[in-house]
Amino acid sequence: MAYTEEELKKELETKEYEYGFYTDIESDTLPVGLNEDIVIAISKKKEEPSWMTDWRLEAFKAWKEMQEPEWANVIYEKPDFQAISYYSAPNSKPKYDSLDEVDPELLDTFKKLGISLDEQKKLAGVAVDIVMDSVSVATTFKKTLAEKGIIFCSISEAIKEHPELVKKYLGTVVPQKDNFYAALNSAVFSDGSFCYIPKGVRCPMELSTYFRINQAGTGQFERTLVIADKGSYVSYLEGCTAPSRDENQLHAAVVELIALDDSEIKYSTVQNWYPGNKEGKGGVFNFVTKRGICENNAKISWTQVETGSAVTWKYPSCILKGDNSIGEFYSIAVTNNHQQADTGTKMVHLGKNTRSTIISKGISAGKSQNSYRGLVQVNRKAKNARNFSQCDSLLMGNECGAHTFPYIETKNKTAQIEHEATTSKIGEDQIFYCNQRGIDTEKAIALIVNGFSKEVLNKLPMEFAVEAQKLLEISLEGSVG
Amino acid sequence: MLKINNLHAGVEGNEILKGINLEVKAGEVHAIMGPNGSGKSTLSAVITGKEEFEIAEGNIEFNNEDLADDSPEERAHKGIFLSFQYPVEIPGVSVTNFMKTAINESRKAKGLEDMPANQMLKLIREKAELLAIDRKFLSRSLNQGFSGGEKKRNEIFQMAMLEPKLAILDETDSGLDIDALRIVANGVNKLKSKDNAIIVITHYQRLLDYIVPDFVHVMHEGRIVKSGTKELALELEEKGYDWIKQEATV
Repeated sequence: MAYTEEELKKELETKEYEYGFYTDIESDTLPVGLNEDIVIAISKKKEEPSWMTDWRLEAFKAWKEMQEPEWANVIYEKPDFQAISYYSAPNSKPKYDSLDEVDPELLDTFKKLGISLDEQKKLAGVAVDIVMDSVSVATTFKKTLAEKGIIFCSISEAIKEHPELVKKYLGTVVPQKDNFYAALNSAVFSDGSFCYIPKGVRCPMELSTYFRINQAGTGQFERTLVIADKGSYVSYLEGCTAPSRDENQLHAAVVELIALDDSEIKYSTVQNWYPGNKEGKGGVFNFVTKRGICENNAKISWTQVETGSAVTWKYPSCILKGDNSIGEFYSIAVTNNHQQADTGTKMVHLGKNTRSTIISKGISAGKSQNSYRGLVQVNRKAKNARNFSQCDSLLMGNECGAHTFPYIETKNKTAQIEHEATTSKIGEDQIFYCNQRGIDTEKAIALIVNGFSKEVLNKLPMEFAVEAQKLLEISLEGSVG
Repeated sequence: MLKINNLHAGVEGNEILKGINLEVKAGEVHAIMGPNGSGKSTLSAVITGKEEFEIAEGNIEFNNEDLADDSPEERAHKGIFLSFQYPVEIPGVSVTNFMKTAINESRKAKGLEDMPANQMLKLIREKAELLAIDRKFLSRSLNQGFSGGEKKRNEIFQMAMLEPKLAILDETDSGLDIDALRIVANGVNKLKSKDNAIIVITHYQRLLDYIVPDFVHVMHEGRIVKSGTKELALELEEKGYDWIKQEATV
């Protein structure tokens, strides 16, 4: 008969985090701890201009005065910020002109992740800017992009090559003092991606970046800045995997999106940081600040599939400043074992006729806790603002939890706000029905979960959707006995 | 094909089936009738391997193999199909996607490649036509918002797609109006062959007007208390179950 306790256990053990390997690449790492000297040292290592160093120091000063937030529905041991090394770069510098020159071991890592560059080049038409341990190692398709005037590079490079753009926009959506983690990121960010789409240009390919934590005990502080100039369009993909670690790893990224008049940014994330083992040991702390601003008639759409991390704290948000601007948030958050996620969005309606849509799908299994936290705010001048929110939770087993914290604040009577929420459970009857049709339990769960998540999966670019479905499957393996 | 020997089974020590003996050969149609609570649905659940049911004594053989160690999906791969009395809803999963997954999982279990898309499409078209199902129906979420008749028709559509060796139809007639009943029954009749077998579980004779059984068995309190030919069903329709109950207690 199906699954004895013993078999289940064996199965679980053989399916530990499949990307849990560690690449032995020599790294250039700063000593642990954080003070002004470290901030200056990071800036120096990145050969940054002095305005950037000052900007970091300002952030650091603010951070020192700030308290780690405690309002989220998560419980964890706070990281010791003085026990972390804030900079680590793979050693094989300088950058390469072709893939042949790249450290073979690194390429091997990419292959294990299933993102072999040459394959990607040929197949998907995706330009990949890979951030591994903080420094961009390879950038492809740069030429095609350059022909259209699109800039897609690491943020360090942008600081050097395009200071006028960085100076103008960095910190305008997420200020240095925005919150504890954003301030920390602003002080010590090691690298990240920068993207600029010129006026009226439609980016011909999906831009994508794979992040990955590799060095033991190094926090990752990525900084991403995407600027869509007037009338332009870009679709940006971000995917993450990380190797297994015993100690908790801190990840505090900041993503800023700027959508100028009549432009559109589609930002998709598949997040699969190491969630810790089944006893809840290890795993990544993911404290991310993602926010975009929409000018007139602009649109920002966030799509995320969150399957990893021990603790997630993340609210991709839209400030709908311009009239007729549109914000969208589509999210699937999966938690299993001892994972905790507190995620959602903020839609701030400032302009007239602004519209926002929120579709959130939370899936909890094991002993995990999954919270949706969302704010819809309509300001005084936001005439005829509209919002539709839908939060669905799916529970597996009896030990997990799903929570919904919707906040609505409206100061304009013309606003129309709708909120729908459902909670359901995967039933034994559903599983048996699938079994009877020849579909085993794991596949049945995947099928049910995919069905539940369909509205969001449909929003992902094709190649990402396939990866996301696979991830959902991996994340929930063994969650129903 | 199916051989049930002295089967005792139940839930959590509560015995529901108390010694069932039944043999079904290829090409045969058997009807199992009986009052509510006589164990008909339990029997179908035990044959298909639903987990909460435990076999205390006896066994079930399918093509001369004991099914005891087979999971529900393995039994399905061997060709056992159950048309559910209450089909479950799976939101967001279309009928087509569900069938594709089911067929390919069965193929995988047999070491076969996935069925090519064009072949799948052809199969779907052909079987949908058989049951007068239109294409829109196939894109709807499985059983979600389906009427009683649509649910049952969908069950038989799945049977047509999966081409089982043994199909158990558990109260397929309940909730069907007379037109739907005719379509479903005609579908089943077209699927009947000398190589497969069908067990029809029903309360009423009316389905048996359309799907004509070779044998009729009457269950009462976990046992088959009477077996006969299709005339037995007519007799039951006329006299009700009481005389069977009395006969059984004597």
